[in-house]
Amino acid sequence: MIAALGLVLGIIAGLAFAPDVPLSLQNYLPIAVVAALDAVFGGLRAYLDGIFDDKVFVVSFVSNVVVAAAIVYLGDQLGVGSQLSTGVVVVLGIRIFSNVAAIRRHVFHA
Amino acid sequence: MTDQPPDAEPAPTPGRAPRPTSAPAPDAMTDPQPGPEAHAGPAHRTDREPEPEPGRERLRHALVRPSKRQVVVAVLLAVLGFAFVVQVRDTKANDTYAGLRESELIEVLDGLTGTAERARREVGRLQARRDELTNESRARSAALDEAEQRVKTLNIIAGLVPVTGPGIRMTIDESSGRVNVGSLLDTVQELRTAGAEAMEFNDSIRVGADSSFDNAVGGIELDGQLLEPPYVLEVIGDPHVLRTALTFSTGPVETLETYDGATVKIEELESVDITSVRDGARPEYAEPGTGQ
Repeated sequence: MIAALGLVLGIIAGLAFAPDVPLSLQNYLPIAVVAALDAVFGGLRAYLDGIFDDKVFVVSFVSNVVVAAAIVYLGDQLGVGSQLSTGVVVVLGIRIFSNVAAIRRHVFHA
Repeated sequence: MTDQPPDAEPAPTPGRAPRPTSAPAPDAMTDPQPGPEAHAGPAHRTDREPEPEPGRERLRHALVRPSKRQVVVAVLLAVLGFAFVVQVRDTKANDTYAGLRESELIEVLDGLTGTAERARREVGRLQARRDELTNESRARSAALDEAEQRVKTLNIIAGLVPVTGPGIRMTIDESSGRVNVGSLLDTVQELRTAGAEAMEFNDSIRVGADSSFDNAVGGIELDGQLLEPPYVLEVIGDPHVLRTALTFSTGPVETLETYDGATVKIEELESVDITSVRDGARPEYAEPGTGQ
């Protein structure tokens, strides 16, 4: 419940403050958001599996975001930024799908 | 870090399966590796099917009675929600090209160049079409003007419209004898030769191409209508030429005065108004020949 409240609070804060994304972060924020989504779904799945640990969740959340952004940054430096960010999104998307499938099995038994 | 959890997870899973729902925390503590990153293949999921309740129970429990440790999750979720909303708004609002990479900009530029090229071709095509239509409509309006001019001319010649212009008024009065139809016909013929454009008898009968004269009791019949003396003939044309055409030696005036015993008076006028008109009768037999 607190977690859901936190999510709602964050959305409201985003709507309320509506800050502009700094130019230097513009390439990384979308990837970071997708990576964080992956971490959240992974955490939810782990919770349903009964193996959730908040420390692990925090670490994985932060490292997911950092690694995703770092990969894109590296790609930008190498001149393959758009391709690499596409690749990262594909990988994260696959992971999100498999996590959601596991969650679905838990919740709906199907 | 992504490598570790899949290795670690299969081990704890079978042992944990029968465990009651109320103890998720100790597991996580004792085995921190398989965190949220834990992704296993769907294969070993199947051995969970017989006992489906724990996941749902845990979720319900977390919703109804959240533990303190959810706070840190809440903070991270808040960050996620915040970033998500910001990014969505930024994507919606920021349609400029500031955030694009060089290659994307080149693509955009290429697309724009192609679009501009297509638009230019379209403009050229439409301009040609417009010129074509303008020429066509100009030619058409010229033809229309010409046709209108022709209609005006033909209306005047056929006597379908009232006309006004310089001309003469000729008054023929019978003093000692009757005016002969032939003499009148002669007069009209001479006036036509001299370029008379419109003629009218007694302010009431317009002379046209199909006018005919006939003898009648008490006067002369013109187009089936009785004319009584004095005959007043109004003519539009060059006054001097018309007068000359009538007054030459052995001309109509002399004939009328000498043989018919009439008195003839001719006035040259700046402006003669001819108000009577003829009916534009449709020809019954004549049709335009082919090739006209």
